[in-house]
Amino acid sequence: MRWRQIRKRDADVERELQSDLDLEEEEQRERGVSPEQARHAALRAFGNRTLISEQTRAVWSWNGLENLLRDLRISVRTLFRSPGFSMLAVLVMALCIGATTSLFTVVRSVLLRPLPFRDPDRLVMIYEHFRDPSMNAQQFNYNPVAPADYYDWRAQTHGFEDMAAWRYWQFNLTGVHSDLPELVSARGGSWNLFPMLGVQAAIGRTFAESEDRPEGNAVMLTWSLFERRFGGDPSIVGRQIHLDGKPYTVVGVLPKWFTWPDAKVQVWVPYATGLPPEIFTHHEYHFSRIVARLRPDVSLASALSQVEAVQYQLHLQNLHAPVAEDVASKTLIQDLARDVKKPLIILLCAVACMLLIGCLNVANLLVARSAGRQREIGIRNALGAGRMTLIREQLMESLLVSIAGGVSGVLLSLAATNWLVSTWIDLPNVQNIRTDAVVLAFACALVVASVLLAGLLPAISSTSKGAIAAPQPSPRNAVGSQSRTALRQTLLTVEIAATVVLLIAAGLLLKSFWRLQTTDVGCATDNVLTMSYSLSAKKYDSPERVNAFNETLLQRLRIMPGVRAVALGSMLPGAGAGEDDAFTIPEHPPIAPGTVLPDALFRTADPGYFSALQIPLLQGRVFISGDRVGRPKTVIIDRLLAQQYFPGENPLGKHLHIVPYGNADYEIVGVVADTLYQVSQPAKATMYFPVLNGGSVVGGLTLAVRTASDPLGLSVPIQKQIAELDPELPVSDIFTIQQIIERSLGNARLSASLVLGFAVLSLMLSSVGLYGVLSYLTTQRTGEIGVRMALGAGREQVVRLMLGDGLRPALYGVVLGLVVSAGAVRLIQSMLYGTRPLDLAIFAAVAATLLAVAALACLVPAWRASRIDPMQALRRE
Amino acid sequence: MSSMAKQTPQRANLLQGTLDMLILRTLLYGPAHGHQIGKHIQRTTNDFLQMQHGSLYPALHRLERRGWVTSKWAMAPDRNREFKYYRLTDKGRKQLVAEESQWKQMAEAVARVMWPTGEES
Repeated sequence: MRWRQIRKRDADVERELQSDLDLEEEEQRERGVSPEQARHAALRAFGNRTLISEQTRAVWSWNGLENLLRDLRISVRTLFRSPGFSMLAVLVMALCIGATTSLFTVVRSVLLRPLPFRDPDRLVMIYEHFRDPSMNAQQFNYNPVAPADYYDWRAQTHGFEDMAAWRYWQFNLTGVHSDLPELVSARGGSWNLFPMLGVQAAIGRTFAESEDRPEGNAVMLTWSLFERRFGGDPSIVGRQIHLDGKPYTVVGVLPKWFTWPDAKVQVWVPYATGLPPEIFTHHEYHFSRIVARLRPDVSLASALSQVEAVQYQLHLQNLHAPVAEDVASKTLIQDLARDVKKPLIILLCAVACMLLIGCLNVANLLVARSAGRQREIGIRNALGAGRMTLIREQLMESLLVSIAGGVSGVLLSLAATNWLVSTWIDLPNVQNIRTDAVVLAFACALVVASVLLAGLLPAISSTSKGAIAAPQPSPRNAVGSQSRTALRQTLLTVEIAATVVLLIAAGLLLKSFWRLQTTDVGCATDNVLTMSYSLSAKKYDSPERVNAFNETLLQRLRIMPGVRAVALGSMLPGAGAGEDDAFTIPEHPPIAPGTVLPDALFRTADPGYFSALQIPLLQGRVFISGDRVGRPKTVIIDRLLAQQYFPGENPLGKHLHIVPYGNADYEIVGVVADTLYQVSQPAKATMYFPVLNGGSVVGGLTLAVRTASDPLGLSVPIQKQIAELDPELPVSDIFTIQQIIERSLGNARLSASLVLGFAVLSLMLSSVGLYGVLSYLTTQRTGEIGVRMALGAGREQVVRLMLGDGLRPALYGVVLGLVVSAGAVRLIQSMLYGTRPLDLAIFAAVAATLLAVAALACLVPAWRASRIDPMQALRRE
Repeated sequence: MSSMAKQTPQRANLLQGTLDMLILRTLLYGPAHGHQIGKHIQRTTNDFLQMQHGSLYPALHRLERRGWVTSKWAMAPDRNREFKYYRLTDKGRKQLVAEESQWKQMAEAVARVMWPTGEES
């Protein structure tokens, strides 16, 4: 209907113009002009008839949709005419938009989206905070809270609606029907935790207040365990499962979406369950995380100041113990994302940089093309296409490229996000990472930004007055070429500067990663197999029973073929910080109340531990089998502890007094070399106690077996030995030490290689851009070069001339990039290990690489320019 | 050709906004077709306003779309051929009055600046 009307109107316009034209012609003829001349005069008077009819029809066109369709048609045709260019541009856009969208997806889910709890804005985590700056350096500024502190806070302050506590735990889960034993990650949460978060059980109920006591036996399952181990059978609620050999009644199942604070958690027990009752009166066992809900009418600052006042009183009452003076708060998201925020932001910056380079490159390609199409544009302008029409068409082209790139980019980002999530170790909130409407809106915004950046610049420049003045046949005389070249060189400079920044960031991260990887953790790392187990307190209820199991196992393993040595202890070097304890030295004068107590990492070790792990003994002796429960209490310290706390004296024979570990004095019998608890962290003072002291340690024991050859081949025989001793004992974390270290470096490797990838891609884009500009310049100046050569310029001179033209923007870009980098590296300073942010070698290497690549990209067109045959070039004039 | 192309924008700019008013005023004498309207304006201004067909026809159609004129194909009395005649509507008459008074105000305002009273130009 609509179209028929339009067609009718078109015919009407044609008829009207024709009749008036005929009339003009008749009038001319009546004045006595010859018919032929009359016709020409009429046409001349009339002007551009096609344009008139088009513009007249345009009056009737609705909403410019017709124009839009026409532009679209033209653009599609233009793009298909040079498929190579189009593919390249779409690919560049897809990569850049895809990578940016992926990172945004992760950043949004991990850093921006509130957790799915009731009123998440009013939930905070509260930690103890030590004022001493040296404690802050050791990350005690957010210290876990002692249970007694928590109970006092909750009872004595009123700024929070409620406070809840949770703690880490793990259990041996054994089924009722002799299912395979399994070590499950657990959390102990106070009974009010779930109601406070606004979480209801999917099946059954959450904990009751009466269940939150040390001898309680209630347990909740997370959805993953419920589905995996119990086949999603709701009748499990009300039945019993065995944790560490003790029966627990399942009171409920948590909903599927509830994976806080960690998706690996399998069961929840009440906070107090399983803890020794006396622990609740202590202010120095820092193991609880506190979540609090702010009252709506109270500000966070005033609520916290109340808690702070209580905490300061506690500090004054416990001057002899490590009780912090202050408290500090974090949002739940900050708390979850503490380790990933920085790398994520840096990656996002890197990818934004690459997007900028990609857009500039497409802009550059479009400018190059519009230079090639200069005559076409000139002719079309002469035929009546307005400047706006031409700009619109060019924008339409970059719009098409960007949309195609955007769509493929979003598809690409789906895959990239999945890859990122699975590669990034311990990324919090993983289950909530998904591509949703906001992410799509973000991708759309990226497309729009790219269209404007990549399309508007070249469109405006190529349709400027000079550029479209007239269809000039000679490329040498193009008036617009000067300004267009300047624009292209500016684009290139920015592109190269951004590349320099990316390359330098990548170089620093790589160097830092290399430093990390070549760090000596201080123990044997080749051919060492490790695995963990945790003896249940019910079955192994006395230190003697624990020792009997451990010693029998060690004896059995030592005589296995292929085993060189065996070590048993609470933790291995490189596997994390684990527990640390404050100590005092009875031989030293008592330290002033209120000052920070000495503190060291807590480890247990068997007599063979140090020799098996090849940790050198520096002084005294290692443990012997006599260092066990019931005998004189002994401790071995590392060199760092000796240096820090026994400067200039012999530590042997002195004692360490440790309150939380039996409240007893331990005689120092040996000093061993330092090890690193984590590769990226500085060494920390460490004390080792005999593993034969018995007793169960949270987190269990770790076995390290040094083998003659491939260690993983021995894992099954070793597991069999353990199963023979205790078929109900699950074994977990079977890794080599190298695997553990690599895993701890995984994220450093990931960010270094991602940034490197972005940087290399940017380098390629920039060199393509450089090559394009110079090729274009060469064509542009063919005539000029011909004249120069005809007048006697040598080929080397021409090469030098062209190289200078191409290298100038590269040089400016490198200088600009170096300056920007000097500032930007501060952002990644805290991610660097053993590498200074202003690393001259890297800065120099990047500058040299970039200039070399730039020279290479310029050399081909420059060489081509020098091959120009002067005669041919001049004939083109 | 190229010199004409250079003049075009200047003339077009001069006529911008006032062309509609001139057309409406011309149609006050009675229905007319495009050619007549153009010729009339050109003749009346002693060829000062060179009528560009490129502006005339879009303007006519714009007026028609706004409902200020209607069009009808009719036989010309002297030519024995059909032309598209435009006729002023009541709405168009009102518009003409409005534009005329606006133009007058504008012209007087400009004149007051350019030739202050008591000063001979």
